Amino acid sequence: MKTLFLAMFIAYGLGAFAALVGGRKSFGRWLVALGAVLGAGAGLALGATVIATGIPFTLFFPELLPLGGGLALRLDALGAFFLVVIGVGAIPAALYGAGYTAAYKDGRASLPLLGAMFNLFLLTMSLVTLADNVLTFLLMWEGMSLTSYFLVMTEAGEERTRNAGLWYIGMTHAGLGMLLAAFLLLAGGAGSGAFADLRASAASLTSGARDAVFVLAFLGFGSKAGIVPLHVWLPRAHPAAPSHVSALMSGVMIKMGIYGFLRVALDLMGGGPAWWGGLVLGVGVASALLGVLYALMEHDLKRLLAYHSVENVGIILIGIGTGLMFHRYGLMPLAALGFIGALYHVLNHATFKGLLFLGAGSVLHATHTRNMEEMGGLIKRMPWTALFFLIGAAAISALPPLNGFVSEWLIFQSLLGGVSIPVPEVVVLMPVAVGLLALTSGLAAACFVKAFGITFLALPRSPEAAHAHESPFSMRLGMALLALACVGLGVAPFAVVPVLGTILAGLGGLPDTRAEFTMNVFLQTPSAFGQMSPTLMALGLLLLLGLVPSVLWLLRLNRQRRLSDSWGCGRVGQTARMEYTATAFAEPLKRVFAEIYRPMKELTVDFHPESKYFVQSIEYRSEITPWFDQALYRPFLQSATFVAQQVRRLQAGSLHLYLLYIAIVLILLLIVARWL
Amino acid sequence: MKYVLEVAQTVFALALAPLVVGFVRWLKARLQNRRGAPPWQPYFELVKLFGKEMVVSKEASWLFRCAPYIVFVSTLAVTFLVPFLFAPLPFDGVGDLLAVVYLLLLGTFFLALVGLDPGTAFGGMGSSREMTVAAIAEPTIALAIFSLALGAGSTNLGRIVTQTLGNPAAAISPGHVLAFAALFIVALAETGRLPVDNPATHLELTMIHEAMILEYSGRYLALIEWSASLKFMIFLSLLANLFVPWGVATDFTPVALAVAVIALLLKLVLLGFFIAVLETRVAKLRLFRVPELLGVSFVLALLAVTSSFLLR
Repeated sequence: MKTLFLAMFIAYGLGAFAALVGGRKSFGRWLVALGAVLGAGAGLALGATVIATGIPFTLFFPELLPLGGGLALRLDALGAFFLVVIGVGAIPAALYGAGYTAAYKDGRASLPLLGAMFNLFLLTMSLVTLADNVLTFLLMWEGMSLTSYFLVMTEAGEERTRNAGLWYIGMTHAGLGMLLAAFLLLAGGAGSGAFADLRASAASLTSGARDAVFVLAFLGFGSKAGIVPLHVWLPRAHPAAPSHVSALMSGVMIKMGIYGFLRVALDLMGGGPAWWGGLVLGVGVASALLGVLYALMEHDLKRLLAYHSVENVGIILIGIGTGLMFHRYGLMPLAALGFIGALYHVLNHATFKGLLFLGAGSVLHATHTRNMEEMGGLIKRMPWTALFFLIGAAAISALPPLNGFVSEWLIFQSLLGGVSIPVPEVVVLMPVAVGLLALTSGLAAACFVKAFGITFLALPRSPEAAHAHESPFSMRLGMALLALACVGLGVAPFAVVPVLGTILAGLGGLPDTRAEFTMNVFLQTPSAFGQMSPTLMALGLLLLLGLVPSVLWLLRLNRQRRLSDSWGCGRVGQTARMEYTATAFAEPLKRVFAEIYRPMKELTVDFHPESKYFVQSIEYRSEITPWFDQALYRPFLQSATFVAQQVRRLQAGSLHLYLLYIAIVLILLLIVARWL
Repeated sequence: MKYVLEVAQTVFALALAPLVVGFVRWLKARLQNRRGAPPWQPYFELVKLFGKEMVVSKEASWLFRCAPYIVFVSTLAVTFLVPFLFAPLPFDGVGDLLAVVYLLLLGTFFLALVGLDPGTAFGGMGSSREMTVAAIAEPTIALAIFSLALGAGSTNLGRIVTQTLGNPAAAISPGHVLAFAALFIVALAETGRLPVDNPATHLELTMIHEAMILEYSGRYLALIEWSASLKFMIFLSLLANLFVPWGVATDFTPVALAVAVIALLLKLVLLGFFIAVLETRVAKLRLFRVPELLGVSFVLALLAVTSSFLLR
């Protein structure tokens, strides 16, 4: 295992080095990708080995960082799972990046910096899962945040990118502050920073301190994961980054927030009172619903996907929240089911969201726009990208037999199991969560009909879309790998779910699920509440899909096909201006949920001066500003700007003035010292 | 033997589905003082459509040619999970009610996509509305499932049927009745019936389902029409057999199966009659009033779950 660890470390390091030396050349870009692929592959193998053998991998350097208790690395099953998720997301993204970054040769961005940061980002993120004491964890966490900040700032020439970077760095450090506080509280009780000591002493903390640690950790890790209302950086930063980085940030990095939260809440503190689970469940439902609602109104393809990340983190948190609640009431098999659903969704989201971001990147690569209203007809010009994007869209919409369906089914089943909770006040929450989760998945399907339909189908809406071209092989290969993963994870849950069970076994006293409920070809929930088999379902669908056309063929029915114009109510000469747009597609839902969106509408009509029966021009503008931007962040930003402007008066740029300040401070200090 | 019966049941459902739609149409015509086409008219239509050539839009992609098969197959797959005649089915464990719902959503998803494919305004309008209605109907379905599962202790259809058969009092519990009402409203919305969508019209700005499939012809249209009627029959049978399971065979004796066929036909006639009367009496709702109707069904479903929990 040590060899694998060293291989991971060295491969990422060499990848970063190659970028600095020869990142501009095509050969160098391939070396960068190779380093990342090998590093991620070694990480994946390391994670798989730990999960398979059940033996944690440890490495301790007491001489490094002696003040913080040394650099301690330990990979247990939970960390190993997330290391595997990193590998699954990173290998296709790195391959894709080899082709995608060619576009940056025009000097818009620094390729050596991009390549180096990409490898360092993967390295620090992998080390987060290995960290075994507070200082190591926070160092790697900050390393991950900073390297990803540089990746977001790749196209720093654009105003929007700089703005996004500012939001990201601000939110991530606000989160870091809360994490510091949470860990200080925890470590204060333990007198040491090692996770093993924290685990041992967490139970002896007062309940107030435990609650404080929980809330701080939830907010701190939540800001990274993108829970509402701390998600504001996601729709800004993810679209700004290069697409293979967006895929990693959205598919993998935000899951580190989930990892950290599970590590603290479930592993170190061993669960807590029921309201912990209730809070996580409530925030999860809110994130899921608001995420998908704002995604529906988005016409920037990558921003739409970023909002869907908020939605999916919400779904994951619903699983974790129910798990924590069951855990509190001692319903261990059901708790395990909730956590299994959540972890499964973590893995699934890494595959389909990675795939969708890579697909969006290919579209951006081909059309140079992220605005869906200027796309259309790409299915004919980029058939492979279209097929892969369709698979991703179907998977994220939880359609069987793909992977999104399996994890959502597990989470649904754990919510339905909520009726076993002995407290009636808690149980009445469950149907509401079930209803809202169902609404979320329905809206997600609607949103992806929009995203795929407007982007890839019908006639091109702009010359750029009409002249789009298919992506190079490396990019298609990256997408193909993730599409295969989506299908594989969908039809073979019997291979995944038991593994997730063993990962969870022992965390916070969870039992080994293999003794509690069966998960073979048939997935069966505890006490046989529900049973289904995606494997057989996929087999049946495939069989029928072969059978139906063959029967029709055997019947020798009329198979003539004639190409003709689309029917335009008698009008000939169809143009792209007659097509349905993304705005129009989302309009009914905008009306239905107008209470939440509160859209701003502006209609100006110019009439002919002679008669108002002749309209000269009509201008219509509608805008949706998310309420949390207005209610939460604007007052805060305004007051911060105000304070900054007051402080600015002191800083007039005159050296003499600054000397005066120094003199005044010196005198004041002398007076104070005299007084004391 | 069991598997042969299962396949036979699917063939039975496939064969009966057009008749159910034709029967409702015929009954509606009679109630409106029209002579109407005979109930078996949909069979002639299917035969005619299968014999015609297919006219495909120049703008359409390969998805347009695949989608009818995907829609048909996903609906057909559901018939293997629904206990039309007997329960539990041998394939009962392959998919539960949630799987049924999501398989049907798979068909809707692809139908909505191909509505956008030929690039006409009509198709886009249809798919936008279809997805809106489908999304808002989803919570009610989930809650109705929850309510049923609460009573039966399982989300699998076979268990729900046998559990209610074993405990007849459960069928008249408030939770059961409320869930039935909620699911009935959703069934109207999902199968494109009045007051949500008008199945009888083709040239109206308010149409939903018909607008999506406007570009289809020939064999493709036949497949889509057939799966639409199959979906209608699936929803009616779910309403009939999950809430009033009497008549469903639990063993495979010829007598029991004969009783099951007759019972299913009776229930379908009853439900069909009810829908025909309803469609004669009510007008189509404005599109933006539909969410209110579905909101009502959501509240009914929520009440159903709460009451079946409290009265457990």
